[in-house]
Amino acid sequence: MDQYQKPAVRILTLAALLILTAVVLAGGFVLLQNMQDSKILMTLFAVIWGLFSVALLYYVLNSIAQTMPRKIRSVTVAIVFAGPAILILFWALVLPTLRSLRLSFMDATGSKFVGLDNYAFAFTDPIMLESFRNNLLWMFFGTLSCVVLGIIIAVLADKSKRERLIKSLIFMPMAISFVGAGVIWKFIYAYKGEGVNIADIGLLNAIVTALGGQAQAWLLIPFWNNFFLIAIMVWLQTGYSMVILSSAIKAIPEAINEAARVDGANAFRIFFNITIPTIMPTIITVTTTVLIFSLKIFDIVRVMTGGNYGTNVIANEFYLRQFTYGNSGQASAIAIVLLVVIVPVLAYNLREFRGRKTLK
Amino acid sequence: MDSGYWGRHSIDIKNEKEKNMKKIVLAVLMLGVVFAFTACNGSKEKAQTAEAPAAAAEDAYAEVRGTVVTMSGPFTDNDAIKFDESVKSFEQETGIDIQYEGSKEFEASITIRVEGGNPPDIVDFPQPGLLGNFVKKGQVIDLNKVLDINKVKSNYIQSWLDMATMESPDGDIMAGVWGRVNGKSLVWYNKKEFDAAGYTVPETWEELVTLQNTIMADGDSPWAIGIESGAATGWAATDWIEEMMLRTTSLENYDKWVAGELKFDSPEVRTAIKAMTDIWFADGMVYGGRKSITTTSFGDAPKVMFEKPPKAWLHKQGNFITSFFPENLVAGVDYDFFYLPSVDPSLGRPVLVAGDIYAMFNDRPEVRMVMQYFATGASVEGWVKAGGAISPHKDSDLNWYTNVVDRKVAEVIQNATSVRFDGSDLMPGAVGAGSFWKEMTAYVSGSKSLDEALAAIDASWPN
Repeated sequence: MDQYQKPAVRILTLAALLILTAVVLAGGFVLLQNMQDSKILMTLFAVIWGLFSVALLYYVLNSIAQTMPRKIRSVTVAIVFAGPAILILFWALVLPTLRSLRLSFMDATGSKFVGLDNYAFAFTDPIMLESFRNNLLWMFFGTLSCVVLGIIIAVLADKSKRERLIKSLIFMPMAISFVGAGVIWKFIYAYKGEGVNIADIGLLNAIVTALGGQAQAWLLIPFWNNFFLIAIMVWLQTGYSMVILSSAIKAIPEAINEAARVDGANAFRIFFNITIPTIMPTIITVTTTVLIFSLKIFDIVRVMTGGNYGTNVIANEFYLRQFTYGNSGQASAIAIVLLVVIVPVLAYNLREFRGRKTLK
Repeated sequence: MDSGYWGRHSIDIKNEKEKNMKKIVLAVLMLGVVFAFTACNGSKEKAQTAEAPAAAAEDAYAEVRGTVVTMSGPFTDNDAIKFDESVKSFEQETGIDIQYEGSKEFEASITIRVEGGNPPDIVDFPQPGLLGNFVKKGQVIDLNKVLDINKVKSNYIQSWLDMATMESPDGDIMAGVWGRVNGKSLVWYNKKEFDAAGYTVPETWEELVTLQNTIMADGDSPWAIGIESGAATGWAATDWIEEMMLRTTSLENYDKWVAGELKFDSPEVRTAIKAMTDIWFADGMVYGGRKSITTTSFGDAPKVMFEKPPKAWLHKQGNFITSFFPENLVAGVDYDFFYLPSVDPSLGRPVLVAGDIYAMFNDRPEVRMVMQYFATGASVEGWVKAGGAISPHKDSDLNWYTNVVDRKVAEVIQNATSVRFDGSDLMPGAVGAGSFWKEMTAYVSGSKSLDEALAAIDASWPN
């Protein structure tokens, strides 16, 4: 806006712009409704008009905000730009959470108050206890393997001539969805049975029988089958932790390493006393991110075993209760429990994140 | 996530400004897209009502011509096409547009739509148990009040009418009409090889046992069984138990069991499960052995019968399984089936069936007309001719069945002394689509004992 315009002109211009925006917004809707015959035209128009009318709306609102007295200007601008996002977030995140909280105290159909019954179920039902145990396994062994393997590969690759190739290979599974990975690993763990005329097709069984072992139904072995599933997540996620840890390692000034070497420190000493402490903030970020991942784990279990054979996890049980058994009370209670468990990890993750930003 | 890395670099103010600009542009773009989508959705709904008023001609259907009846259900892919084609002539005659919206996540989405007060006009339920939930809440229209009910009643045998009668807050109502059904008590075999090996089709349980022993004596496994089905693993096992319930105990006990009045942990159910496991767990009886039953997909299981030479000989499954057979097999020549005989001959010829029941959620003249039409054989004629559907209607013609196997299935259902619906589809979801599948899978795989499994199913029954 031109600073030297007279206030009256400026206000008039803004008012005209505001009216124009309203006309564009309302007119677009009317036009759209008359475009039923051609879906392609309608879509194109909707995208272009949608984009520009919203841009126009923001521009006009911003211009109005800029005319505010200096004291409240920054607040107004913030409201104009962040307001809609906050409103949408409130509507899409906060309200559903509150509704889940309410439903978790209601019966299966959400019509009768049942107090803490659903929470009693969530903490005593044998299936839930099994799910909690398995989620702990996922959290501990899954996260530990991802991060430790990530560090080891990052450090070793750092010294290698074929660094790019190695890192690409490890990173590649990241591009595969969890469901896709499930399908791949189903073939690895495939078991065709025993008896007459049987030919096994599973990779793992092929290896085991080649070494003189007996073919196994891997996903049916109680307790240990959890680790066979965790292996899939490790395969998928190690690449992620490796890439981020690798960039952190590369950011360590060579001078420090040099100094340590001059002082007579060997490779292990440097690794434990310099590399690890320096990249600690990154390790924490990666760990918490993978931790949240393994808390929410759902796809792999659903695709591979459907939660059978003692491999159930919280998120799968939540899905079953809500969508298959039609029990929104129990499902909401599980969701709230999951939320309460995740929030501290999330908060810690964010605090670390913010802490480092101010450090720079 | 990478900001730990970026954070190490100092960012000059110009960069920061540019970044902020980019962020704003991005936010605007995102919002624009959101608006565009909502705009699209909003206008679509308008479109449906806008199409309604059309030129009224001088005909019997003037009142409904140009109207739209929405349906939702589980038919997708091939089933959806066959459904569309079989109702086409009705649509042309009446001018009613039947819009069928099929979804593989139907069970989840329909609850959301009904609870949200926005149900489709007609809903196609493969599980009467799910329909029963809505009937209980009084959300389904009683067909006794809106259809020409005598016409409907005269077109079905009593078993089907009984299965469509459900309890609502205002007493028993006719909750729906049966569209397509399929028979389950069928044992499939590789006809060419079966005849070549000199085996004969068993008519009684004793003959079946003899056949099993002959096949084992010949060095093969008699049965091909698989119950793996992703998240629904175990349903094929529940089908077997239902078959055995019908073959070892009375219909009254079966009905009580389905209604939750007869516990799973009861002598009757244990006998039925024993009849099943006598086959499933016996050495050499099932191809791949007990553990492979839970790791073999239900669709892959029958395939070994068609290898050369066959690796297994018998496979019990509903008539839909033929679409999982290897391609280019001719019904009645390459494969055929026989009726699974009763263990206790005094129980007659019970047949286990499944099917689609159409229920009405919105009452408008055109919806009534479509529902009345679904109660006639004409509504599935095209589908029957195309194969893959069995008509439960009395006015359907056996000549419609173009392949011998479909026709034989229809005959099995017509010749049944009693017909019972797939029990797990009638039980509450937490049992019928939950613990019954899961606990039987656990029992078959050996991770739970029968006592533990039965106790867990009984405990999961909703109060």
